[in-house]
Amino acid sequence: MTGERSARDRGPAAPPGLTKVVAATPDLLLSQHHSLCPGCGEPLALRTILEVIAELGLRDRTICVGGIGCYTAFPSIIDIDVLQALHGRAPSVATGAKRVRPDAFVFTLQGDGDMVSEGLQEVVHTAARGERITAVLLNNGVFGETGGHMTATSVLGQRTKTTMAGRDQEAHGHPIRIGELLAQLDGTAYVARGAVHTPAAIAWTKRLIRDAFQTQLDGKGFSMVEVLTMCPTDWYVDPEKGPAWLSEHLEATYPLRVIKG
Amino acid sequence: MMQLEPIGPRVLMEGSHALAESAVQAGCRFYAGYPITPSTEILEYMATRLPQVGGVCMNAESEIEAINMVWGAAGCGVRSMIASTGQGISLMQEAFAEMANAQIPAVTVNMCRGQADYFQATRGGGHGDYRFIVLAPSTVQEAVELTAEAFYLSDKWRNPVMIFGDFLLAHTTEAVQFHRRDERDLPPKDWAITGAKGRRAITLTPLGPAEKLSTDPGKALVATAEKIPKMKAAEARVDVGFLDDAEVAVVAFGCPARFVKYAVRLCREQGLKAGYVRPVSLWPFPSAAVAAAAGRVKALAVYELNAGQMIEDVQLAVLGRVPVVPIGGVSHDHSGFGVGPALEPESIVRRITEVYQGKGQAAA
Repeated sequence: MTGERSARDRGPAAPPGLTKVVAATPDLLLSQHHSLCPGCGEPLALRTILEVIAELGLRDRTICVGGIGCYTAFPSIIDIDVLQALHGRAPSVATGAKRVRPDAFVFTLQGDGDMVSEGLQEVVHTAARGERITAVLLNNGVFGETGGHMTATSVLGQRTKTTMAGRDQEAHGHPIRIGELLAQLDGTAYVARGAVHTPAAIAWTKRLIRDAFQTQLDGKGFSMVEVLTMCPTDWYVDPEKGPAWLSEHLEATYPLRVIKG
Repeated sequence: MMQLEPIGPRVLMEGSHALAESAVQAGCRFYAGYPITPSTEILEYMATRLPQVGGVCMNAESEIEAINMVWGAAGCGVRSMIASTGQGISLMQEAFAEMANAQIPAVTVNMCRGQADYFQATRGGGHGDYRFIVLAPSTVQEAVELTAEAFYLSDKWRNPVMIFGDFLLAHTTEAVQFHRRDERDLPPKDWAITGAKGRRAITLTPLGPAEKLSTDPGKALVATAEKIPKMKAAEARVDVGFLDDAEVAVVAFGCPARFVKYAVRLCREQGLKAGYVRPVSLWPFPSAAVAAAAGRVKALAVYELNAGQMIEDVQLAVLGRVPVVPIGGVSHDHSGFGVGPALEPESIVRRITEVYQGKGQAAA
């Protein structure tokens, strides 16, 4: 059973003579209306996640544990049970949920401020315990929801409202490569980093998410996918320049690759 | 009224273990904690006991992670508990406040050092509009009963409930009897996150309603706020004694109230007409019972092992009709766990006598 969706929310009908669908509104998306900015990469990541959940037939036993950030707009528009967590604590909440419902498919949705700044302790210990959950990190290197402040993953030189002259290693320290950090832990079974700035990257990232979800389904341990997402608003670039900025700045610090698994 | 059916024979147990066993008997299947004296024995007991009944005990890496694990398990509809001491409870406050707003039932135990966490427990150490129901047992048997009651009340109101204990409650060994309860009047947990098989998907959140495509945060906050006066009206609990002809009454809670009850009996043997009022629920505070006692006596003495916290609730209940005199205070031995010289019965009798003789200084 899926939630009801209005004709307006489903978007326009497919034109006649259509031979190949390259993208469609996911069945698990209840509305295309959200409050995120033009050019934001997070809806692309969400679509990819929802497609994989549908393709693996996991909807009926999925529990999404959501963090706090711009993507907190998503729980109300997805046809999946969501356990909302506090900022930083999603891995702990997911631990409690998975431990009492081991048959559930549990994934977390956090941003870089949520996971790497506020919640570093939680995600490290959850990974070290090898909890059978999948952590999805939407990393845009900035606190989007509060209006553009430095996070633990803002890259050196990045201009934010708290680093107006650019992030400086002496004044602000170095960014944390959370994927590489978690991959060192014995409890992690799969860690990868993708991005949503090109169609090819989205298609590849979808495979990473599928592999991470499958890792959980196989009971192998903690799995994590970091997805680099565009935030043109807080990068101070036009929406159409977001993908290029991601490639030039974020990708240089956070190479796209399967880190472990 | 729930019927209580005995489970097994009376057994000799330390307070922490008895409380934990009562939780297991009440259906608690998830516990997360971080060691801290004097609550650690609950964690130790759960680590061995819960796996025996198919439950889970997590030795978390911090109090913050522990309470958020409880959030996850309780949010899935599983009865869950956490215990700590005031210091650790302080670290959990953000989650407490938002669990109350998300209407997630769970039981918290504070094995307080002394009684200085009264404000923390009854006023909330966290942000926003919420209340915990707070129950304060004075014996191990009562801890067993109130722990079971806490799980019931938590599910009944979809609100966290706290057991307020102390070092003595945690570490006193007494004979206890467990009971099975009839809880068939509890509502179904249709709010629990289970995966959306066979139904519409829902969200369990402090930020808004459970329904999808609905984002009104005010609606959820109002739902929590509207419960507060209802809980206040329904759940006050009190134990009183010797009030019929009392000329002075002592208000005290928890294990120290047990010492007060003994001291009141010693006063009676000496011909001093003393009585006692023991709030069993700290929130809601049994204001009506305290006010009724105030109508009979010359003065109320308040005995609590802190700098004066509950006394403000007593003053609010009495509204100046009789003097309200503090006779407790901060009292620790070298351990710092609140077991100090103020608990000596002779000391309590002397302080009650002074209030009786009009020598006590009423609180400002």
